[in-house]
Amino acid sequence: MAEYKILVVDDEPGIRMGTKRILQNYKVDYPFMDEHIEFIVLEAATGEEGIEIIDREMPDIILLDNKLPGIQGVEVLEYVKKKLYDIVVVMITSYASLELAVKATRDGAYDFIPKPFTPQELRGSIENITKQLFLKRMTQKMNKEGKLIRFQFLSVLSHELKAPINAIEGYVKMMNDRQFGDDMAAYQEMIDRMQERIKGMRSLIMDLLDLTKIESGKPVQHLESVNITGIAQISIDTMRPYSIQKDVDIYLNTKEKIMMDADPNEIEIIFNNLISNAVKYNRNGGRVDVFIESKKEAIVFQVSDSGIGMTDEEKAKLFQDFVRIKNQKTKNITGSGLGLSILKKIVDMYHGEIDVQSVPDKGTTFTITIPVNAQT
Amino acid sequence: MKKTVLIVDDDMDYLFQMKIKVEQFGFETITADGQKEAEMIIETTRPDLAILDLMMENDDSGFILAYKIKRKYPDVPIIIATAVTAETGMTFDINSDENKQWIKADLFLDKGIRADQLLKEINKLLKI
Repeated sequence: MAEYKILVVDDEPGIRMGTKRILQNYKVDYPFMDEHIEFIVLEAATGEEGIEIIDREMPDIILLDNKLPGIQGVEVLEYVKKKLYDIVVVMITSYASLELAVKATRDGAYDFIPKPFTPQELRGSIENITKQLFLKRMTQKMNKEGKLIRFQFLSVLSHELKAPINAIEGYVKMMNDRQFGDDMAAYQEMIDRMQERIKGMRSLIMDLLDLTKIESGKPVQHLESVNITGIAQISIDTMRPYSIQKDVDIYLNTKEKIMMDADPNEIEIIFNNLISNAVKYNRNGGRVDVFIESKKEAIVFQVSDSGIGMTDEEKAKLFQDFVRIKNQKTKNITGSGLGLSILKKIVDMYHGEIDVQSVPDKGTTFTITIPVNAQT
Repeated sequence: MKKTVLIVDDDMDYLFQMKIKVEQFGFETITADGQKEAEMIIETTRPDLAILDLMMENDDSGFILAYKIKRKYPDVPIIIATAVTAETGMTFDINSDENKQWIKADLFLDKGIRADQLLKEINKLLKI
Protein backbone atom coordinates (compact mmCIF):
# COMPACT_ATOMS: atom_id res chain seq x y z
CA MET A 1 0.00 0.00 0.00
CA ALA A 2 1.21 3.46 -0.84
CA GLU A 3 0.04 6.72 0.68
CA TYR A 4 -0.31 9.98 -1.13
CA LYS A 5 -0.53 13.19 0.86
CA ILE A 6 -3.21 15.60 -0.22
CA LEU A 7 -3.11 19.16 1.04
CA VAL A 8 -6.37 21.13 0.98
CA VAL A 9 -5.87 24.86 1.01
CA ASP A 10 -9.22 26.54 1.57
CA ASP A 11 -10.47 29.09 4.04
CA GLU A 12 -13.87 27.41 4.30
CA PRO A 13 -13.68 24.80 7.09
CA GLY A 14 -16.61 22.95 5.48
CA ILE A 15 -14.64 22.26 2.32
CA ARG A 16 -11.61 21.06 4.29
CA MET A 17 -13.65 18.77 6.50
CA GLY A 18 -15.70 17.50 3.58
CA THR A 19 -12.59 16.64 1.61
CA LYS A 20 -11.12 14.83 4.57
CA ARG A 21 -14.29 12.82 5.07
CA ILE A 22 -14.67 11.97 1.39
CA LEU A 23 -11.09 10.80 0.92
CA GLN A 24 -10.59 9.16 4.30
CA ASN A 25 -11.43 5.61 3.32
CA TYR A 26 -10.99 6.05 -0.39
CA LYS A 27 -8.59 3.82 -2.28
CA VAL A 28 -7.37 3.94 -5.86
CA ASP A 29 -6.53 0.69 -7.63
CA TYR A 30 -4.94 0.18 -10.96
CA PRO A 31 -5.50 -2.85 -13.17
CA PHE A 32 -1.79 -3.56 -13.48
CA MET A 33 -0.67 -1.98 -10.28
CA ASP A 34 0.04 -4.45 -7.51
CA GLU A 35 -0.70 -2.03 -4.76
CA HIS A 36 -3.46 0.41 -4.07
CA ILE A 37 -3.09 3.97 -2.96
CA GLU A 38 -4.66 5.59 0.08
CA PHE A 39 -4.70 9.22 1.08
CA ILE A 40 -3.70 11.35 4.01
CA VAL A 41 -5.44 14.71 4.01
CA LEU A 42 -3.58 17.77 5.35
CA GLU A 43 -5.32 21.10 5.85
CA ALA A 44 -4.40 24.74 5.52
CA ALA A 45 -6.74 27.70 5.92
CA THR A 46 -4.51 30.25 4.23
CA GLY A 47 -1.96 30.35 1.43
CA GLU A 48 0.82 31.23 3.86
CA GLU A 49 0.01 28.24 6.03
CA GLY A 50 -0.22 26.15 2.88
CA ILE A 51 3.32 27.07 1.77
CA GLU A 52 4.65 26.20 5.21
CA ILE A 53 3.05 22.75 5.02
CA ILE A 54 4.24 22.27 1.44
CA ASP A 55 7.86 22.88 2.45
CA ARG A 56 7.58 20.67 5.49
CA GLU A 57 5.42 17.78 4.33
CA MET A 58 5.96 17.75 0.56
CA PRO A 59 2.45 16.66 -0.37
CA ASP A 60 1.75 14.77 -3.60
CA ILE A 61 -1.40 16.60 -4.51
CA ILE A 62 -2.68 20.06 -3.58
CA LEU A 63 -6.32 21.05 -3.78
CA LEU A 64 -6.13 24.80 -3.92
CA ASP A 65 -8.81 27.44 -3.53
CA ASN A 66 -7.96 30.70 -5.19
CA LYS A 67 -9.84 33.17 -3.02
CA LEU A 68 -7.92 33.14 0.23
CA PRO A 69 -7.63 35.73 2.99
CA GLY A 70 -3.93 36.56 2.48
CA ILE A 71 -2.00 35.56 -0.60
CA GLN A 72 -4.11 34.14 -3.40
CA GLY A 73 -4.21 30.56 -4.63
CA VAL A 74 -2.44 31.38 -7.87
CA GLU A 75 0.48 32.71 -5.84
CA VAL A 76 0.76 29.38 -4.05
CA LEU A 77 0.69 27.72 -7.49
CA GLU A 78 3.48 30.01 -8.67
CA TYR A 79 5.51 29.12 -5.58
CA VAL A 80 5.19 25.38 -6.25
CA LYS A 81 6.16 25.84 -9.90
CA LYS A 82 9.10 28.08 -9.04
CA LYS A 83 10.46 25.56 -6.59
CA LEU A 84 10.03 22.83 -9.23
CA TYR A 85 8.25 20.63 -6.73
CA ASP A 86 6.82 17.40 -8.12
CA ILE A 87 3.32 18.18 -6.88
CA VAL A 88 0.07 18.03 -8.80
CA VAL A 89 -1.94 21.17 -8.14
CA VAL A 90 -5.69 21.19 -8.65
CA MET A 91 -7.63 24.43 -8.37
CA ILE A 92 -10.94 24.40 -6.51
CA THR A 93 -13.10 27.14 -7.91
CA SER A 94 -16.64 28.31 -7.86
CA TYR A 95 -18.31 28.35 -11.24
CA ALA A 96 -18.14 32.13 -11.28
CA SER A 97 -14.37 32.05 -11.55
CA LEU A 98 -14.01 29.45 -14.24
CA GLU A 99 -12.04 31.89 -16.32
CA LEU A 100 -9.47 32.15 -13.60
CA ALA A 101 -9.35 28.38 -13.33
CA VAL A 102 -8.59 28.10 -17.02
CA LYS A 103 -5.81 30.62 -16.62
CA ALA A 104 -4.43 28.70 -13.64
CA THR A 105 -4.48 25.53 -15.69
CA ARG A 106 -2.41 27.32 -18.27
CA ASP A 107 0.01 28.39 -15.55
CA GLY A 108 0.64 24.84 -14.47
CA ALA A 109 -2.36 23.66 -12.47
CA TYR A 110 -3.20 20.13 -13.53
CA ASP A 111 -6.95 20.50 -13.42
CA PHE A 112 -9.70 22.29 -11.63
CA ILE A 113 -12.66 21.08 -9.64
CA PRO A 114 -15.69 23.34 -9.64
CA LYS A 115 -17.20 24.11 -6.26
CA PRO A 116 -19.54 22.89 -4.86
CA PHE A 117 -18.56 19.34 -5.75
CA THR A 118 -20.19 16.03 -4.93
CA PRO A 119 -18.17 13.29 -3.21
CA GLN A 120 -18.32 11.39 -6.49
CA GLU A 121 -16.81 14.28 -8.45
CA LEU A 122 -14.00 14.72 -5.97
CA ARG A 123 -13.19 11.03 -5.91
CA GLY A 124 -13.26 10.88 -9.70
CA SER A 125 -10.79 13.74 -10.00
CA ILE A 126 -8.51 12.31 -7.35
CA GLU A 127 -8.57 8.94 -9.07
CA ASN A 128 -7.47 10.44 -12.37
CA ILE A 129 -4.76 12.51 -10.77
CA THR A 130 -3.47 9.61 -8.73
CA LYS A 131 -3.18 7.37 -11.76
CA GLN A 132 -1.50 10.09 -13.74
CA LEU A 133 0.96 10.77 -10.94
CA PHE A 134 1.65 7.11 -10.36
CA LEU A 135 2.38 6.49 -14.04
CA LYS A 136 4.59 9.53 -14.23
CA ARG A 137 6.62 8.45 -11.23
CA MET A 138 6.80 4.89 -12.45
CA THR A 139 8.09 6.07 -15.81
CA GLN A 140 10.67 8.29 -14.16
CA LYS A 141 11.80 5.45 -11.96
CA MET A 142 12.01 3.01 -14.85
CA ASN A 143 13.85 5.54 -16.96
CA LYS A 144 16.36 6.01 -14.25
CA GLU A 145 16.93 2.31 -13.98
CA GLY A 146 17.03 1.79 -17.71
CA LYS A 147 14.09 -0.53 -17.27
CA LEU A 148 11.71 1.30 -19.55
CA ILE A 149 13.74 0.45 -22.61
CA ARG A 150 13.82 -3.14 -21.53
CA PHE A 151 10.08 -3.15 -20.95
CA GLN A 152 9.46 -1.70 -24.39
CA PHE A 153 11.86 -4.19 -25.88
CA LEU A 154 10.06 -7.10 -24.26
CA SER A 155 6.60 -5.94 -25.24
CA VAL A 156 7.59 -5.47 -28.86
CA LEU A 157 9.46 -8.75 -28.81
CA SER A 158 6.42 -10.63 -27.61
CA HIS A 159 4.36 -8.92 -30.30
CA GLU A 160 6.84 -9.97 -32.96
CA LEU A 161 6.96 -13.52 -31.68
CA LYS A 162 3.23 -13.87 -31.26
CA ALA A 163 2.17 -12.48 -34.60
CA PRO A 164 3.58 -15.39 -36.65
CA ILE A 165 2.24 -17.94 -34.17
CA ASN A 166 -1.21 -16.40 -34.43
CA ALA A 167 -1.03 -16.47 -38.21
CA ILE A 168 0.08 -20.09 -38.32
CA GLU A 169 -2.50 -21.11 -35.75
CA GLY A 170 -5.19 -19.40 -37.81
CA TYR A 171 -4.20 -21.31 -40.95
CA VAL A 172 -3.99 -24.62 -39.13
CA LYS A 173 -7.48 -24.06 -37.80
CA MET A 174 -8.81 -23.19 -41.24
CA MET A 175 -7.23 -26.31 -42.70
CA ASN A 176 -8.49 -28.43 -39.85
CA ASP A 177 -12.02 -27.16 -40.50
CA ARG A 178 -11.57 -27.94 -44.24
CA GLN A 179 -12.72 -24.44 -44.86
CA PHE A 180 -12.01 -24.55 -48.57
CA GLY A 181 -13.55 -27.97 -49.25
CA ASP A 182 -11.52 -29.77 -51.90
CA ASP A 183 -9.72 -26.70 -53.19
CA MET A 184 -6.16 -28.00 -52.83
CA ALA A 185 -4.65 -24.85 -54.31
CA ALA A 186 -6.11 -22.81 -51.46
CA TYR A 187 -4.53 -25.12 -48.88
CA GLN A 188 -1.21 -25.05 -50.73
CA GLU A 189 -1.28 -21.26 -50.51
CA MET A 190 -1.77 -21.53 -46.75
CA ILE A 191 1.10 -23.96 -46.39
CA ASP A 192 3.35 -21.55 -48.31
CA ARG A 193 2.33 -18.69 -46.04
CA MET A 194 2.96 -20.79 -42.94
CA GLN A 195 6.42 -21.68 -44.19
CA GLU A 196 7.11 -18.03 -44.83
CA ARG A 197 6.08 -17.11 -41.28
CA ILE A 198 8.16 -19.92 -39.79
CA LYS A 199 11.14 -18.63 -41.75
CA GLY A 200 10.53 -15.19 -40.31
CA MET A 201 10.41 -16.58 -36.79
CA ARG A 202 13.59 -18.50 -37.31
CA SER A 203 15.46 -15.42 -38.44
CA LEU A 204 14.07 -13.45 -35.52
CA ILE A 205 15.30 -16.10 -33.11
CA MET A 206 18.72 -16.15 -34.76
CA ASP A 207 18.93 -12.38 -34.47
CA LEU A 208 17.90 -12.56 -30.85
CA LEU A 209 20.63 -15.07 -30.15
CA ASP A 210 23.15 -12.72 -31.78
CA LEU A 211 21.83 -9.93 -29.63
CA THR A 212 22.12 -11.90 -26.41
CA LYS A 213 25.62 -12.96 -27.34
CA ILE A 214 26.60 -9.36 -27.83
CA GLU A 215 24.89 -8.09 -24.72
CA SER A 216 26.29 -10.75 -22.45
CA GLY A 217 29.64 -10.89 -24.12
CA LYS A 218 31.15 -7.47 -23.67
CA PRO A 219 33.91 -6.61 -23.77
CA VAL A 220 34.97 -8.16 -27.04
CA GLN A 221 36.14 -11.66 -26.27
CA HIS A 222 38.06 -13.53 -28.89
CA LEU A 223 40.26 -10.98 -30.58
CA GLU A 224 42.43 -12.50 -33.23
CA SER A 225 44.03 -11.34 -36.41
CA VAL A 226 41.38 -11.89 -39.07
CA ASN A 227 41.23 -11.35 -42.80
CA ILE A 228 38.29 -9.00 -43.33
CA THR A 229 38.15 -9.60 -47.08
CA GLY A 230 37.84 -13.32 -46.47
CA ILE A 231 34.94 -12.81 -44.07
CA ALA A 232 33.18 -10.53 -46.56
CA GLN A 233 33.53 -13.29 -49.14
CA ILE A 234 31.99 -15.88 -46.79
CA SER A 235 29.12 -13.53 -46.16
CA ILE A 236 28.55 -12.96 -49.86
CA ASP A 237 28.56 -16.72 -50.47
CA THR A 238 26.00 -17.21 -47.71
CA MET A 239 23.76 -14.62 -49.30
CA ARG A 240 24.20 -15.93 -52.84
CA PRO A 241 21.10 -18.15 -53.09
CA TYR A 242 18.94 -15.29 -51.93
CA SER A 243 20.56 -12.77 -54.27
CA ILE A 244 20.12 -15.10 -57.25
CA GLN A 245 16.46 -15.40 -56.37
CA LYS A 246 16.16 -11.62 -56.35
CA ASP A 247 18.35 -11.25 -59.45
CA VAL A 248 20.78 -9.00 -57.61
CA ASP A 249 24.54 -9.16 -58.32
CA ILE A 250 27.00 -8.79 -55.45
CA TYR A 251 30.53 -7.52 -56.18
CA LEU A 252 33.45 -7.69 -53.80
CA ASN A 253 35.58 -4.84 -55.09
CA THR A 254 38.52 -5.45 -52.79
CA LYS A 255 40.77 -8.38 -53.58
CA GLU A 256 43.73 -8.01 -51.26
CA LYS A 257 43.81 -9.38 -47.74
CA ILE A 258 43.03 -6.81 -45.09
CA MET A 259 43.94 -7.89 -41.59
CA MET A 260 42.47 -6.60 -38.38
CA ASP A 261 42.31 -7.69 -34.73
CA ALA A 262 38.70 -8.65 -34.19
CA ASP A 263 36.24 -11.37 -33.32
CA PRO A 264 35.53 -13.07 -36.66
CA ASN A 265 31.94 -13.91 -35.65
CA GLU A 266 31.17 -10.30 -34.97
CA ILE A 267 32.66 -9.15 -38.25
CA GLU A 268 30.59 -11.75 -40.02
CA ILE A 269 27.43 -10.52 -38.32
CA ILE A 270 28.25 -7.01 -39.57
CA PHE A 271 28.66 -8.15 -43.18
CA ASN A 272 25.68 -10.50 -43.05
CA ASN A 273 23.45 -7.70 -41.91
CA LEU A 274 24.71 -5.13 -44.38
CA ILE A 275 24.73 -7.44 -47.37
CA SER A 276 21.40 -9.10 -46.66
CA ASN A 277 19.77 -5.70 -46.29
CA ALA A 278 21.40 -4.50 -49.50
CA VAL A 279 19.91 -7.48 -51.33
CA LYS A 280 16.57 -7.38 -49.57
CA TYR A 281 15.87 -3.72 -50.14
CA ASN A 282 17.12 -3.78 -53.73
CA ARG A 283 15.23 -3.76 -57.02
CA ASN A 284 15.17 -6.78 -59.29
CA GLY A 285 18.27 -6.74 -61.44
CA GLY A 286 20.04 -4.40 -59.03
CA ARG A 287 23.57 -4.62 -57.66
CA VAL A 288 25.46 -4.56 -54.37
CA ASP A 289 29.03 -3.31 -54.07
CA VAL A 290 31.29 -4.20 -51.16
CA PHE A 291 34.52 -2.29 -50.51
CA ILE A 292 37.05 -2.71 -47.73
CA GLU A 293 39.83 -0.26 -47.26
CA SER A 294 42.74 -0.16 -44.85
CA LYS A 295 43.63 3.39 -43.94
CA LYS A 296 46.39 4.48 -41.62
CA GLU A 297 44.24 4.77 -38.53
CA ALA A 298 41.11 2.89 -39.44
CA ILE A 299 39.56 0.14 -41.45
CA VAL A 300 36.58 1.06 -43.55
CA PHE A 301 33.84 -1.31 -44.75
CA GLN A 302 31.39 -0.04 -47.28
CA VAL A 303 28.29 -1.70 -48.73
CA SER A 304 26.29 0.12 -51.40
CA ASP A 305 23.10 -0.95 -53.09
CA SER A 306 21.00 0.23 -56.00
CA GLY A 307 17.80 -0.26 -54.04
CA ILE A 308 14.76 1.58 -52.84
CA GLY A 309 16.61 3.97 -50.52
CA MET A 310 15.17 5.86 -47.57
CA THR A 311 13.97 9.28 -46.63
CA ASP A 312 15.80 11.22 -43.92
CA GLU A 313 12.93 10.57 -41.56
CA GLU A 314 13.19 6.82 -42.08
CA LYS A 315 16.96 7.01 -41.73
CA ALA A 316 16.65 8.57 -38.29
CA LYS A 317 14.79 5.54 -36.93
CA LEU A 318 17.10 2.98 -38.46
CA PHE A 319 19.13 1.74 -35.51
CA GLN A 320 16.39 1.28 -32.95
CA ASP A 321 15.36 -2.20 -31.83
CA PHE A 322 12.57 -3.69 -33.93
CA VAL A 323 12.23 -0.70 -36.18
CA ARG A 324 11.36 -1.72 -39.65
CA ILE A 325 10.78 0.92 -42.23
CA LYS A 326 7.18 0.38 -43.22
CA ASN A 327 5.94 1.81 -46.49
CA GLN A 328 4.46 0.63 -49.77
CA LYS A 329 7.88 -0.37 -51.08
CA THR A 330 8.80 -2.52 -48.09
CA LYS A 331 5.48 -4.14 -47.32
CA ASN A 332 6.40 -7.50 -48.83
CA ILE A 333 9.83 -7.60 -47.25
CA THR A 334 10.09 -9.47 -43.99
CA GLY A 335 12.63 -8.99 -41.26
CA SER A 336 13.03 -9.00 -37.53
CA GLY A 337 13.84 -5.31 -37.25
CA LEU A 338 16.81 -6.24 -35.10
CA GLY A 339 19.58 -6.50 -37.69
CA LEU A 340 20.76 -2.92 -37.68
CA SER A 341 20.47 -2.46 -33.95
CA ILE A 342 22.69 -5.52 -33.55
CA LEU A 343 25.08 -4.05 -36.09
CA LYS A 344 25.20 -0.80 -34.20
CA LYS A 345 25.91 -2.54 -30.90
CA ILE A 346 28.84 -4.41 -32.42
CA VAL A 347 30.27 -1.33 -34.10
CA ASP A 348 29.98 0.53 -30.78
CA MET A 349 31.98 -2.19 -29.09
CA TYR A 350 34.80 -1.49 -31.53
CA HIS A 351 34.40 2.26 -31.00
CA GLY A 352 33.55 2.55 -34.65
CA GLU A 353 31.17 4.79 -36.54
CA ILE A 354 28.40 4.13 -39.01
CA ASP A 355 27.53 6.53 -41.78
CA VAL A 356 24.43 6.10 -43.92
CA GLN A 357 23.85 7.87 -47.20
CA SER A 358 20.58 7.21 -48.92
CA VAL A 359 18.52 8.54 -51.80
CA PRO A 360 14.97 7.24 -52.27
CA ASP A 361 14.73 5.00 -55.35
CA LYS A 362 18.47 5.31 -56.01
CA GLY A 363 20.09 3.34 -53.22
CA THR A 364 21.80 3.31 -49.87
CA THR A 365 25.44 3.22 -48.81
CA PHE A 366 26.52 2.09 -45.35
CA THR A 367 30.05 3.00 -44.36
CA ILE A 368 31.57 1.62 -41.18
CA THR A 369 34.82 3.02 -39.89
CA ILE A 370 36.64 1.13 -37.15
CA PRO A 371 39.73 2.72 -35.59
CA VAL A 372 42.70 0.38 -35.71
CA ASN A 373 44.31 1.08 -32.36
CA ALA A 374 41.39 1.84 -30.14
CA GLN A 375 39.79 -1.58 -30.36
CA THR A 376 37.94 -3.26 -27.46
CA MET B 1 -28.59 -5.75 -48.23
CA LYS B 2 -25.37 -7.18 -46.84
CA LYS B 3 -23.50 -4.98 -44.37
CA THR B 4 -19.93 -4.01 -45.17
CA VAL B 5 -17.05 -4.47 -42.75
CA LEU B 6 -13.76 -2.64 -43.24
CA ILE B 7 -10.79 -4.69 -41.99
CA VAL B 8 -7.39 -3.06 -41.58
CA ASP B 9 -4.24 -4.93 -40.62
CA ASP B 10 -0.65 -4.85 -41.80
CA ASP B 11 -0.19 -8.56 -41.16
CA MET B 12 -1.36 -10.01 -44.47
CA ASP B 13 -2.11 -13.40 -42.94
CA TYR B 14 -4.23 -12.00 -40.17
CA LEU B 15 -5.99 -9.76 -42.70
CA PHE B 16 -6.77 -12.74 -44.91
CA GLN B 17 -7.98 -14.90 -42.04
CA MET B 18 -10.18 -12.16 -40.63
CA LYS B 19 -11.63 -11.49 -44.09
CA ILE B 20 -12.59 -15.15 -44.50
CA LYS B 21 -14.12 -15.25 -41.02
CA VAL B 22 -16.19 -12.11 -41.51
CA GLU B 23 -17.35 -13.20 -44.96
CA GLN B 24 -18.51 -16.49 -43.49
CA PHE B 25 -20.63 -14.49 -41.07
CA GLY B 26 -22.41 -13.17 -44.16
CA PHE B 27 -20.89 -9.69 -44.48
CA GLU B 28 -19.21 -7.95 -47.37
CA THR B 29 -15.59 -6.99 -46.63
CA ILE B 30 -13.18 -4.31 -47.71
CA THR B 31 -9.56 -4.75 -46.65
CA ALA B 32 -6.64 -2.39 -46.26
CA ASP B 33 -3.07 -3.25 -45.29
CA GLY B 34 -2.39 -0.11 -43.31
CA GLN B 35 -3.53 3.23 -42.01
CA LYS B 36 -2.80 5.09 -45.26
CA GLU B 37 -4.75 2.74 -47.49
CA ALA B 38 -7.64 2.71 -45.05
CA GLU B 39 -7.75 6.49 -45.02
CA MET B 40 -8.05 6.46 -48.79
CA ILE B 41 -10.90 3.98 -48.64
CA ILE B 42 -12.94 5.94 -46.11
CA GLU B 43 -12.71 9.03 -48.31
CA THR B 44 -15.19 7.42 -50.66
CA THR B 45 -16.74 4.54 -48.77
CA ARG B 46 -18.74 4.33 -45.58
CA PRO B 47 -18.40 0.89 -44.02
CA ASP B 48 -21.04 -0.33 -41.56
CA LEU B 49 -18.35 -1.41 -39.12
CA ALA B 50 -14.56 -1.32 -38.94
CA ILE B 51 -12.08 -3.77 -37.40
CA LEU B 52 -8.66 -2.20 -36.97
CA ASP B 53 -5.28 -3.47 -35.90
CA LEU B 54 -3.52 -1.28 -33.38
CA MET B 55 0.15 -1.37 -34.32
CA MET B 56 0.61 -0.78 -38.03
CA GLU B 57 2.79 1.90 -39.65
CA ASN B 58 3.14 3.37 -36.18
CA ASP B 59 2.42 1.98 -32.74
CA ASP B 60 -0.77 4.00 -32.51
CA SER B 61 -2.00 3.79 -36.11
CA GLY B 62 -5.19 2.06 -34.98
CA PHE B 63 -6.11 4.88 -32.60
CA ILE B 64 -5.47 7.54 -35.22
CA LEU B 65 -7.46 5.69 -37.82
CA ALA B 66 -10.31 5.18 -35.35
CA TYR B 67 -10.32 8.88 -34.67
CA LYS B 68 -10.45 9.74 -38.36
CA ILE B 69 -13.23 7.27 -39.08
CA LYS B 70 -15.31 8.57 -36.18
CA ARG B 71 -14.82 12.15 -37.34
CA LYS B 72 -16.14 11.32 -40.78
CA TYR B 73 -18.74 8.72 -39.79
CA PRO B 74 -19.64 9.18 -36.12
CA ASP B 75 -22.10 6.27 -36.18
CA VAL B 76 -19.81 3.59 -37.55
CA PRO B 77 -18.85 1.19 -34.74
CA ILE B 78 -15.14 0.46 -34.44
CA ILE B 79 -13.42 -2.59 -33.02
CA ILE B 80 -9.72 -2.43 -32.30
CA ALA B 81 -8.21 -5.89 -32.42
CA THR B 82 -4.94 -6.10 -30.64
CA ALA B 83 -2.50 -8.56 -29.24
CA VAL B 84 -0.88 -5.91 -27.12
CA THR B 85 -2.94 -6.43 -23.99
CA ALA B 86 -2.11 -10.05 -23.57
CA GLU B 87 1.57 -9.42 -24.10
CA THR B 88 2.30 -6.46 -21.94
CA GLY B 89 -0.27 -7.09 -19.27
CA MET B 90 -1.33 -3.57 -20.01
CA THR B 91 -4.98 -2.95 -20.41
CA PHE B 92 -6.64 -0.09 -22.15
CA ASP B 93 -9.92 -0.07 -20.37
CA ILE B 94 -12.08 1.20 -23.17
CA ASN B 95 -15.07 1.17 -20.91
CA SER B 96 -13.73 3.72 -18.49
CA ASP B 97 -14.98 7.24 -19.09
CA GLU B 98 -11.49 8.61 -19.05
CA ASN B 99 -10.31 6.48 -21.92
CA LYS B 100 -13.50 6.91 -23.89
CA GLN B 101 -12.58 10.54 -24.27
CA TRP B 102 -9.50 9.89 -26.32
CA ILE B 103 -9.81 6.38 -27.69
CA LYS B 104 -12.48 6.53 -30.31
CA ALA B 105 -13.23 2.85 -30.42
CA ASP B 106 -16.32 1.01 -29.30
CA LEU B 107 -14.61 -2.20 -28.36
CA PHE B 108 -11.22 -3.74 -27.81
CA LEU B 109 -10.78 -7.35 -28.73
CA ASP B 110 -7.92 -9.70 -28.26
CA LYS B 111 -6.63 -10.93 -31.60
CA GLY B 112 -7.04 -14.53 -30.58
CA ILE B 113 -10.81 -14.19 -30.14
CA ARG B 114 -12.96 -17.18 -31.12
CA ALA B 115 -15.10 -16.81 -34.23
CA ASP B 116 -18.43 -17.21 -32.44
CA GLN B 117 -17.50 -14.55 -29.88
CA LEU B 118 -16.44 -12.22 -32.65
CA LEU B 119 -19.75 -12.66 -34.44
CA LYS B 120 -21.63 -11.98 -31.22
CA GLU B 121 -19.72 -8.75 -30.68
CA ILE B 122 -20.21 -7.61 -34.27
CA ASN B 123 -23.92 -8.28 -34.13
CA LYS B 124 -24.20 -6.40 -30.86
CA LEU B 125 -22.47 -3.37 -32.34
CA LEU B 126 -24.56 -3.50 -35.50
CA LYS B 127 -27.68 -4.05 -33.38
CA ILE B 128 -28.63 -7.14 -35.33
